[in-house]
Amino acid sequence: MGRRPPAEPFHARVERSLRDTFLRVAVPAATRRFHLTRRHALAELGEPLRWRQLARAIRAHTIANLDRYLAQAADAVEARGGRVHWALDAAAAVEAVLSIARAAGVRRVVKSKSMVTEELELNRWLEAEGIEVVETDLGEYIIQLDGDSPSHIIAPAVHKTREQVRQLFSRLAGQELPDDAQALTDFARRRLREKFLSADMGISGANFVVAETGHVVLVTNEGNGRMVTSLPRVHVAVMGMERVVPTWEDLAVLLEVLPRSATGQKLSVYTSITGGGPAPAGEGDGPQEFHLVIVDNGRSRLLGTRYQEGLHCIRCGACLNACPVYREIGGHAYGGVYSGPIGAVITPLLEGFDGWEELPHASSLCGACHEACPVLIPLHDLLVDLRSDEADQERAGRWEVLAFRAYRWLCERPWAYRWAARAAAALQRPLEEAGWLRGGPGPLKAWTEGRDFPAVAARTFRDRWRDLAAGEGDGQ
Amino acid sequence: MKVDLFVTCLCDLFYPDVGEAVVRVLRRLGCRVGFPPDQTCCGQPAFNSGFTEQARAVARRLIEAFSAGEEEGTPIVAPSGSCAAMVRQHFPRLFAGDPRWEERALRFAGRVTELSEFIVGRLGVDDLGGRFGAGLEAVAAYHRSCHMSRGLGVVEEPLRLLRSIRGLEVVDLPDAEDCCGFGGTFAVKMPAISTAMADRKLDAVAASGAALLVGSDLGCLMHLGGRLRRLGRPVQVMHTAQVFDRALGGGG
Repeated sequence: MGRRPPAEPFHARVERSLRDTFLRVAVPAATRRFHLTRRHALAELGEPLRWRQLARAIRAHTIANLDRYLAQAADAVEARGGRVHWALDAAAAVEAVLSIARAAGVRRVVKSKSMVTEELELNRWLEAEGIEVVETDLGEYIIQLDGDSPSHIIAPAVHKTREQVRQLFSRLAGQELPDDAQALTDFARRRLREKFLSADMGISGANFVVAETGHVVLVTNEGNGRMVTSLPRVHVAVMGMERVVPTWEDLAVLLEVLPRSATGQKLSVYTSITGGGPAPAGEGDGPQEFHLVIVDNGRSRLLGTRYQEGLHCIRCGACLNACPVYREIGGHAYGGVYSGPIGAVITPLLEGFDGWEELPHASSLCGACHEACPVLIPLHDLLVDLRSDEADQERAGRWEVLAFRAYRWLCERPWAYRWAARAAAALQRPLEEAGWLRGGPGPLKAWTEGRDFPAVAARTFRDRWRDLAAGEGDGQ
Repeated sequence: MKVDLFVTCLCDLFYPDVGEAVVRVLRRLGCRVGFPPDQTCCGQPAFNSGFTEQARAVARRLIEAFSAGEEEGTPIVAPSGSCAAMVRQHFPRLFAGDPRWEERALRFAGRVTELSEFIVGRLGVDDLGGRFGAGLEAVAAYHRSCHMSRGLGVVEEPLRLLRSIRGLEVVDLPDAEDCCGFGGTFAVKMPAISTAMADRKLDAVAASGAALLVGSDLGCLMHLGGRLRRLGRPVQVMHTAQVFDRALGGGG
């Protein structure tokens, strides 16, 4: 069960984003802030590259031995009395959560932020079952109230203005709330507190699951994750199957680079570690049931391929913040759960190319993503590999295929290349004005929508070389 | 020193003046410049678009075009960070495991350098010692292209050379490491995003107060220059080779 790509085509989504004057200011401002604080926070660590290399080595080893570490984590969770559910696809994961909810007679669910549950569209399925679901991360809460979807891995409501939030909360409050971030947050806090206290089930994601002991680690800034995992009588943690980390020592390294890369914090405000399993008899604290749902949903297809490194991602969002394309179009234009460079790489891999063909091309291949990635995923190279797969699968446009066939033919034959340059110089004459073109067919049309294009030189460099070579000899 | 010029297709077809400037600069610095006539393109447009086989064919042609200097390992100088990065980073990858070509590709990659990288690194020159213009101070912003700075790791060399030129003030661009939005075929596949990125870069140039925009990659300059012309902004665009040439009293 893959998520369907949005009905609105990619280019239309992009146009819409580019016209969104708020987004064009807010997204660059927020991402640049994250980007700069990330750099600062990593530099503070001393030898940031070595830390990243170490983090990469841990991730590479873990993913190369994923079967072993997942089994170890599952055994550890079960030894403590938790239950483990293996879900091959989104449908199986949803069914696992629904059956837990049914068995426990759950009426209300509180959730902390989790991207994998976005993949599953879990809220929709729970609601269809008549269960109330409340997102408790402030950003996610705003998104949920507005029927919207997250546009950034760690800052889901980055595309919303405070005024939009004020109007949204005012509708909910039945009165006009002041234009003040503190007051708006206080309002959400009061509403959410009631939900926490009356929920039957808490659903969290998992930033990491430590294989050696089966602990679930949540990295948050709002404390909601702690309440979701400790107040309701049932706790379900949903993890993408790649989120495992072998040991506590390995975790220590990843916890150094994750918050620094995500928000530029040394440590997030809350790093919650829950041991899973029912509370011991006589102790009232903590949930009575713990379930860990391990979700594949296309991930295992990356194993053993040149895209395996895509599974190394620790979802910090640094590549989104570094990406000059994301900065212009925001997350929604990508159309999937994951946006930015990592989204452009993994969405077509997890969902298949159909409907996602443009994503690998939504990059200038500038390499800023790779430069920012705490686990050094060569995202720009993977994008080229995906483009190559698309070309091999004959997904490229007919004209593009012909163009590159001609390109090869000409570049392999210098005489033909030279002839083609002369032909182009002659053909462009009607379009030319003072050495520039302002329109033309095919790719030239796309270029000249917003830019002038230089005319092919009447005498190319190679045509001039004979004269230049005659001038040789003034070198010493 | 004998060097071979890899002029690159963009320079050959659209900016032959830049190619001439490169030749003059290299000669002034004591090089004998050769131009292997069978060279065309490095294959990057096809490679970045996923047409790997086409890229490989064009890459083979380029390696062959420079085979005369293979034995001696004659350095190859290109006025483009992007094309040099294509050769150095991706040729070895393109031919990995190919018994006939892997070795040759590696040797070829080892010969290719970008112009300012060559001047500073191989010729050991980091002061051009010339003047940019008579009397007037020119204020220039330098655009560091991504493949040159991130791919080749060449950031300081062009700046050092530009700063050595009297009468030329080089100002720092805010967010200097940001991509200008060219991206090869990206510029025509995603023209709206590409142009939006150009605007952000050009706003930074405007904010810097520079009247001159200098860069080491003609792809970026074609894109930014084309946008400047469309917007009617009077910023002059020059390739680093042209600036060096002028400082060294070239005839351009």
